[in-house]
Amino acid sequence: MQELINRTKELLADGTVARVLGWRRGDLPTNPEPAYFNDGESLSEFVYNGFCGANLSKYMIEASELDGRTLVFLKPCDTYSFNQLLKENRVDREKAYIIGVGCKGKISEASLNAIGIKNVIDVKGAELTDACDTLTIETLTGNTTCAYRDAMLERCHVCRGKEYVVYDELIGDSADTVDGDRFDEVRKIEAMSPEERFAFFKAELSKCIRCNACRNVCPACSCRKCVFDSTKFDSAQKANSDSFEEKMFHIIRAFHVAGRCTDCGECSRVCPQGIPLHLLNRKFIKDINTLYGDFCAGESAEGATPLTSFTFGDAEPGTV
Amino acid sequence: MPMNDNAEFRPKIVAFCCNWCSYAGADLAGSSRLTYPADVKIIKVPCSCRVNPMFILRAFEKGADGVIMCGCHPGDCHYSTGNYYARRRMTLLFSMLDYIGVEHGRTRVEWVSAAEGVKFSATMNEFVEKIKSLGKNVRLGDLRCRS
Ligand code: SF4
Ligand code: SF4
Repeated sequence: MQELINRTKELLADGTVARVLGWRRGDLPTNPEPAYFNDGESLSEFVYNGFCGANLSKYMIEASELDGRTLVFLKPCDTYSFNQLLKENRVDREKAYIIGVGCKGKISEASLNAIGIKNVIDVKGAELTDACDTLTIETLTGNTTCAYRDAMLERCHVCRGKEYVVYDELIGDSADTVDGDRFDEVRKIEAMSPEERFAFFKAELSKCIRCNACRNVCPACSCRKCVFDSTKFDSAQKANSDSFEEKMFHIIRAFHVAGRCTDCGECSRVCPQGIPLHLLNRKFIKDINTLYGDFCAGESAEGATPLTSFTFGDAEPGTV
Repeated sequence: MPMNDNAEFRPKIVAFCCNWCSYAGADLAGSSRLTYPADVKIIKVPCSCRVNPMFILRAFEKGADGVIMCGCHPGDCHYSTGNYYARRRMTLLFSMLDYIGVEHGRTRVEWVSAAEGVKFSATMNEFVEKIKSLGKNVRLGDLRCRS
């Protein structure tokens, strides 16, 4: 972390960048939050550790409108999101100075809770310079340890690799975190009967409180005006409550990002209800790969996408 | 009681038809005095590619029991390639609906040219029968229930 801060101070001092987009300590040690830093002094609040799952690429949309360049820290998977935004002309490459930061997998308090570690006060062993194999957790009921891997976000278990598809410089080491196949769960659902599938999704989607967090965090969801904005309330991003939205929100959200979703996993990470939204996104990704050839959104900032191209011999709807 | 036990069940069907081929095909079916159930409500669109996946979902939400989209045969699109894009979209959407457990068969795509009045009427008759056998569409409405 000190290495990141030192380099950042240099770039601010020599005028290469006008501001920094990073993470700062949140109200709890387990929830650092995205933040701007305008000078060397404010960097005392800066953090980068295992809890920094937040993908900063979407903030570059607004930062592209500001004067001067913005230094932004992107993890390997975040660079795909940035590239996708670049492709859609939503961010300005010239306005970004990208430091690719190492990643040894990201963890969350929700994952700790899931393995029975609750009331977390502090966590040690999640700095980038740590080995990131064991966590020491201080809780209200005493200290405990767990394997780093067991506290990791779902997406890190199926990480596509620690490559950076766009960057200006790189700092920090990464570690391989993969121990699963990202389509396994989709296959499991596909193998169920229609009744079981319906029951599964009904149970999951009925938990949704329509907070819109999944939409707001998504780097592929960046329209200025969204069908899910309320026309009745003046407060931005308030969810409508008509029955169409209630029922169809999830299908529409997932379809809207089909062919553009980089599988960054942010939607599932931020959902306060723990709904596995990636199961919808990955169904589209899997179908696209099978029907139209392997495609990885964000891998390239150029070229056609599966839904903006076709071949004469494409499958007929309803046959697959 | 499942609705399909009810002999009176008349499904509501929405058919999106493109202006250049399928709508003209429906017209031909009419002028040739070919019949298809009056429960099929046609919505004319400039091109099958105009059909936003949301239209399909919206039709279901408004009470449709089945939704069919008709367009020019691949290669015959008035705008050259619209139906090719539509084909990919519908393929993915239908597959998603199947994935979340909405019965396969409530959605359909059929390519109908202006000369295919017979095909239009036959397709609609067949589709109505299919939806009758599936019964009322309740799943999409029940997907998000606070039970
Ligand atoms: S849909 Fe989810 S996984 Fe896909 S780009 Fe958006 S936030 Fe990331
Ligand atoms: S983040 Fe979760 S609860 Fe909020 S709208 Fe999305 S799915 Fe629903």
